[in-house]
Amino acid sequence: MYETNYHRASSVPDAAATFAKGKESKFLAGGQTLLPVMKQRLAAPSDVIDLSKIQEMIGIEVSGDTVTIKAATPHYDVAQSEAVQKAIPALANLASMIGDPAVRYRGTIGGSLANNDPAADYPAAVLALGATIKTNKRAIAAGDFFKGLFSTALEDGEIITAVAFPVPAKAGYAKMRHPASRFALTGVFVARTKAGDVSAAATGASQSGVMRVPAIEQALKANWSPGALDSVTISANGLLADIHGSAEYRANLVKVMGQRAVAAAG
Amino acid sequence: MSTVKLTVNGRAVSVDVEDRTLLVHLLRENLNLTGTHVGCDTSQCGACVVHVDGRAVKSCTMLAGQAAGSNVTTIEGLAKGGELHPMQAAFRDNHGLQCGYCTPGMIMSAVDIVHRHGGKLDEETVRHELEGNICRCTGYHNIVKAVLDAAGRMKVAQAAE
Amino acid sequence: MGVEGIGASVVRKEDRRFITGQGRYVDDVKMVGMSYAHFIRSPHAHAKVKGIDSAEAMKMPGVIAVLTGQQIVDDKVGNLICGWAITSKDGSPMKMGAWPAMAPETVRFVGQAVAVVIAETKNQARDAAEAVVVDYEELSAVADVKAAIKPGAAQLHPEAPGNVVYDWHLGDEAAVKDAFGKAANVVTLELTNNRLVPNAMEPRAAVAHYDQAEEHFTLYTTSQNPHVARLVLSAFYNIAPENKLRVIAPDVGGGFGSKIYIYPEEMVALWASKKVGRPVKWTGDRTEAFLTDAHGRDHVSKAEMAFDKDNKILGLRVKTYANFGAYMSLFSSAVPTYLYATLLSGQYVIPAIYAEVMGVYTNTTPVDAYRGAGRPEASYLLERMMETAARQLKVDPAELRKKNFITQFPYQTPVIMAYDIGDFNASIDAAMKAIDYAGFPARKAKAKADGKLRGIGVSCYIEACGIAPSKAVGSLGAGVGLWESAEIRVNPVGTIEVLTGTHSHGQGHETSFAQIISDRLGVPLSQVSIVHGDTDKVQFGMGTYGSRSIAVGGAAIVKAMEKVEAKAKKIAAHALEASESDIVIENGEFKVTGTDKSIALPMVALAAYTAHNLPDGMEPGLKETAFYDPTNFTFPAGAYICELEVDPGTGKTSFVNFVAADDFGRLINPMIVEGQVHGGLAQGIGQALLEGAVYDGTGQLVTASFMDYTMPRADDLPSFKLSHTTTLCPGNPLGVKGCGEAGAIGASAAVINAITDAIGNNKLEMPATPDRVWHAIHG
Repeated sequence: MYETNYHRASSVPDAAATFAKGKESKFLAGGQTLLPVMKQRLAAPSDVIDLSKIQEMIGIEVSGDTVTIKAATPHYDVAQSEAVQKAIPALANLASMIGDPAVRYRGTIGGSLANNDPAADYPAAVLALGATIKTNKRAIAAGDFFKGLFSTALEDGEIITAVAFPVPAKAGYAKMRHPASRFALTGVFVARTKAGDVSAAATGASQSGVMRVPAIEQALKANWSPGALDSVTISANGLLADIHGSAEYRANLVKVMGQRAVAAAG
Repeated sequence: MSTVKLTVNGRAVSVDVEDRTLLVHLLRENLNLTGTHVGCDTSQCGACVVHVDGRAVKSCTMLAGQAAGSNVTTIEGLAKGGELHPMQAAFRDNHGLQCGYCTPGMIMSAVDIVHRHGGKLDEETVRHELEGNICRCTGYHNIVKAVLDAAGRMKVAQAAE
Repeated sequence: MGVEGIGASVVRKEDRRFITGQGRYVDDVKMVGMSYAHFIRSPHAHAKVKGIDSAEAMKMPGVIAVLTGQQIVDDKVGNLICGWAITSKDGSPMKMGAWPAMAPETVRFVGQAVAVVIAETKNQARDAAEAVVVDYEELSAVADVKAAIKPGAAQLHPEAPGNVVYDWHLGDEAAVKDAFGKAANVVTLELTNNRLVPNAMEPRAAVAHYDQAEEHFTLYTTSQNPHVARLVLSAFYNIAPENKLRVIAPDVGGGFGSKIYIYPEEMVALWASKKVGRPVKWTGDRTEAFLTDAHGRDHVSKAEMAFDKDNKILGLRVKTYANFGAYMSLFSSAVPTYLYATLLSGQYVIPAIYAEVMGVYTNTTPVDAYRGAGRPEASYLLERMMETAARQLKVDPAELRKKNFITQFPYQTPVIMAYDIGDFNASIDAAMKAIDYAGFPARKAKAKADGKLRGIGVSCYIEACGIAPSKAVGSLGAGVGLWESAEIRVNPVGTIEVLTGTHSHGQGHETSFAQIISDRLGVPLSQVSIVHGDTDKVQFGMGTYGSRSIAVGGAAIVKAMEKVEAKAKKIAAHALEASESDIVIENGEFKVTGTDKSIALPMVALAAYTAHNLPDGMEPGLKETAFYDPTNFTFPAGAYICELEVDPGTGKTSFVNFVAADDFGRLINPMIVEGQVHGGLAQGIGQALLEGAVYDGTGQLVTASFMDYTMPRADDLPSFKLSHTTTLCPGNPLGVKGCGEAGAIGASAAVINAITDAIGNNKLEMPATPDRVWHAIHG
């Protein structure tokens, strides 16, 4: 790792101010992605601003039909939260499958979304549930947030403070783990709103990061059941291919994980 | 350079380190607590797992500065007064270690697993929960046995307290 | 057998330090004035080194020196050697390309070192390494073994035209041709044995210290064989005479073969410590381990087996291409030859065998022995062949094996090995019973109804361990003898130290070896200490690999004990005024048989050292040494059966059951033996399902971290059901055979046989990832 300056922010404004002072600042949340990248010397921030101890950024709130997860809340706390388990069990389940137990203690939802790894789990839930990403400057709809690999609508120095999830009627997540990294080789999150709208989002599959899967959405809108996807064909065009999965294999996984997500949703 | 103050194995320490120093290096190089190991550079093997404020985390994926003000327990701090922690004893009694390199991280993770699941552990859960710790020697067979054995011992120990 | 003697599952003496964080590994060693090394490694698979500019780096904080490949050549540090000479079919010696510790002119694999930075701290060394400018001229590269021998392929070494190291053969070609001429059926199989990265959890490391006044070096290193390291560093690399070089391998965090070899980094650390006048520490990171630890396996083979009309095997013909990487590592040449083709008879009567092996250079990390070393490749080929044959001949795979088993011992195979003893029916019967083989069809049908594809796969392996005798291996080209030494010191108060030339890096020698002593003398284990891993303490030894430690090292201990006991009995007889032949040893006492007269071991020992009243002419002291050279290999064998299910939707494999029935001869500590089997099985299953080193066409290692190279995790593996059948090895005094590699040798074929059975498609290479299995199912 290159030498850097570590700052522990006491509040969101303090974090933003410290960020602005650095030559090439980076926010550090759980650090479960940024620190490995820095260890490999693939990132060289002049300053890292630690958000993980900012009290206003930690916690989970449920009010009416919205679950709000503050950005520095670790995955473990989301997975364990009775409120989340009750309101959106699929979201708690997803959080319980991220990385490994040690990663779940440190990694945060805000860090995951800001990084937007194409194989991260949370983006699938955020996109499929139509969540709103709240920052220190504005609120961004999920559909406007993800901009391709490792790229988001966040501006330089903008801090995710919370993510608000509308509570769906039904939702489910199924994931085929990458055998080595334990990211998602392909994961699919499906949701049906109380109004009957269906959305499905896949992570790990596409060359351009998390994506909606219209074919699955249409089939499920007509018939919310795993069997409804039997006749769906997912195109391999534009999907990732590597030694762990060809594009055709990932296309198959989008469908199969979609079916299993629906089964899990009930 | 910064001064990092934290509590390690019950002892308050203050160490001057470069800001880029990882917690594992503070432990190994500055405090000579060499029981915590480094087995990879991608935060996967778990040889470096320690407890920070009661949670089992990878000390190779945490800056020393992030641990400032925290309570850290390493493998050296697990046995109390010369008496092995039930997890340590179970690893020995079930032959849950061979070369010993992954063992400290494995034991620290395993203690955390039992804390979270209590006595409700079964083999499948233990195997799943160990996914952040890699062992090349044992094939995990006896590690899994050791964790299940220790879960029973820790329950008994807790009941006795 | 006492409670702590042979056959007892005693908990390990060494565990307390490991479970309390008190183990002492090389990276834990600190020395006053210690500096840190960071290597500058080639990013290219093949390139000319046109120049190295270290001017900027030398100005950076904390930098002590930047040393280059040219300097190490100028200082006459020797090139790396290969210790086993193989002769090609045409009588020519194998073709060795020069391998300097750091490349002065040409780099031939990604990760090869060209220079090293020595600095005050590890971070400073790494920071400065980035300021060293290396001017490379890239050359075309080749990573694939078959591509490397094609005309027009990139050429690695001028000494090896066409990239061929050797073109070797074994067996009787004419007899095999005859056998195929008479065959009722011929079964053909083409397969790849995937390249593996050993990945011991402790990365390699070295701490080197040079004492200027004494002109003496000390090296702490992650070695399976510190004496061999000292020998090679001294005799071939010109570091220092042996009496001026101490090599210590303290606690070592796993080896699996990868820590047998003397690597460039240890050589450079020693050389640099003298050059800069400071102790030098190098600790590899995982990326360096992937790039520079010797890899394992990497064969491409074609095999044909001839059967008569009764399904008896008539002959076997094998052609194998072995990828050696860019240089010939220390024992690499022997692995696909004398450790591979000599095992191609397996457990079967095969009247005629002919094997050809072409060793090939490629622009990849050097390949050498990895757990099993040649024997997993032989076993995988043969057991995939038997399964394939059974399917083609439409007979039960277990029955086909039984029909062809060797049942008379000793048995001379057509490929050098003479099996001393075994009972192959006993092990397969035990495994079939353990897994309820007969009930499998019903279970398969039930799984099918649940939408799962269930399969069962058998693998019957045999291995040759305790490689020996020295005279025989010497005649086959080995540069060393493969005996072992033991020294037993009975201290004046009766405690015992056993010095062994083997090295424990997870195997539990400190316990098992002590049990041998405890068993013979009836003393508690706490009175016995095993000393290993330090050339200043142990006179000489060959180290630990090839499942040799108990079969060869253990036998040496017995030999030394016999000498100790003989002398002690003389002392006891003298003290008790009895005849030496009437003395028996029980529970730590020397007794006169048939009387109540006895003298305890501590008193015998004290008598030996006070020397006040010894038999006439006897030297004082009670310390004996033995060198044991085996008379033959040992032949552990067994049967593994795997039952699993494949999810047709994802191609993912889940274990239902995995049973192992092994014959290791006598077990000293069954708990430790079973632990060895578990670990071996995990590596064999890892090879079958998860692990594979992949290079792209330019020689870049795609799988260079745990992010891409799949290490077996706890939830990838089942609990194993083990059992043992026993035929005692007649070749050594303990009746032991060795157990360290069996699992890695036998497991992979069982897994692939089971998956191919489940999916009904035999075309599947390792690792059988979900992606590959899904493609095999769906085309």
